[in-house]
Amino acid sequence: MIQLFTDNLVYNIIGLDGSSPLGSTINFFVYDSLKIILILLFISFLMGLLNTFFPIEAIRNFLSSHRLYGIQYFLAAIFGAVTPFCSCSSIPLFIGFVRGGIPLGVTFSFLITSPLVNEVAIAMLAGTFGLKVTVIYVGSGVFLGTFLGMFLERFKLERFLSDWVKNLQRTNESVNNDAMPCSLKQRGVQVLQKIPQVARDALGVTRSVLPYVLAGIAIGALMHGYVPSGFFEEYLSKDKWFAVPLAVILAVPMYANAAGVIPIVEVLVQKGVALGTALAFMMAVVGLSLPEAMLLKKVMTLKLIFVFFGTVTAAIIVLGIGYNLSISS
Amino acid sequence: MKNIKILMSQCGCNIAFAESVEKIVKESGLDASVSRIDDVVQMLPYNVMTLPALVIDERLVSTGKISEDKIKELIKGEI
Repeated sequence: MIQLFTDNLVYNIIGLDGSSPLGSTINFFVYDSLKIILILLFISFLMGLLNTFFPIEAIRNFLSSHRLYGIQYFLAAIFGAVTPFCSCSSIPLFIGFVRGGIPLGVTFSFLITSPLVNEVAIAMLAGTFGLKVTVIYVGSGVFLGTFLGMFLERFKLERFLSDWVKNLQRTNESVNNDAMPCSLKQRGVQVLQKIPQVARDALGVTRSVLPYVLAGIAIGALMHGYVPSGFFEEYLSKDKWFAVPLAVILAVPMYANAAGVIPIVEVLVQKGVALGTALAFMMAVVGLSLPEAMLLKKVMTLKLIFVFFGTVTAAIIVLGIGYNLSISS
Repeated sequence: MKNIKILMSQCGCNIAFAESVEKIVKESGLDASVSRIDDVVQMLPYNVMTLPALVIDERLVSTGKISEDKIKELIKGEI
């Protein structure tokens, strides 16, 4: 339907030629922008509702008050996926978890998935690569969080926290439960009341990433129209063993949010980059960034940050190579 | 005189929130000092996990981003 509208607008109303680079560039831009904005609004709204229903305080209390026999890593990763896009709360969140007596490994599960799987990344992926790739991406994000959280827990990394955080861990304050209506029904009512606010927030999120989305799509559209297909095959096709590590290592320090990167990556894939390489690249861009490392510096020693980033980077590289081997595109 | 603290991080959405709180307090004519706090250690006593948060006279009144209307309501409640 959107494609029909776009074709009509670009070819009939504006009168561009569909087979010319300019025509296909403009068509790609209009179509992708419309589609992505609609999906973004929808997903942000949905995630907003989920968040109102499971506020972070409730998640923490749940994780710290139940014996979960190992599932807690998975749950923390899932919770990380549904918490909102803005990463600026990661430090208070981290401290809140430590204070709640939640093991560091479980906290890591949360910390890995939280930036990696967010409403913007999901909407952008669904809008560009389609459902299958989105599911693979989200599944990998949750898997990475769960698995690496369990893995990191084994090394007793608590000793590498900053001193003042270690002290917090020792005091292990009781968690306050007020402000949390306990019955499901009460919470349902609360969610209903907050729908207008959630809708406004969804609009806000969409508006705030819109410039990046449009810039990303514009670059993608230009490449779509003007770069010959197969252009990148020579350097980044999947039989080149270094493609994945190189893409990931380039991506880690990058701080472009998902919004800007994904439309560009979509075109890279169309022009011959292997899907696994592209997925690994996106995970590294979205999940790890220099500003995040700087923030974490406040609560962790440099050593722990290196361990954390190193493990996640290595895991993403392994995943990327695995995808290239298993997905035939 | 009321003591209003905005617990925040230095990211765009938080800064926008702090600005609207400052504006609303100013317009309301409430006798208050407003300060921005972005040091996690100073946030500890309030037990917040979502930023931005609003503290009035050492009482935590909101966490997470809230609408301007809601901020106005909270500030009016203090007059």
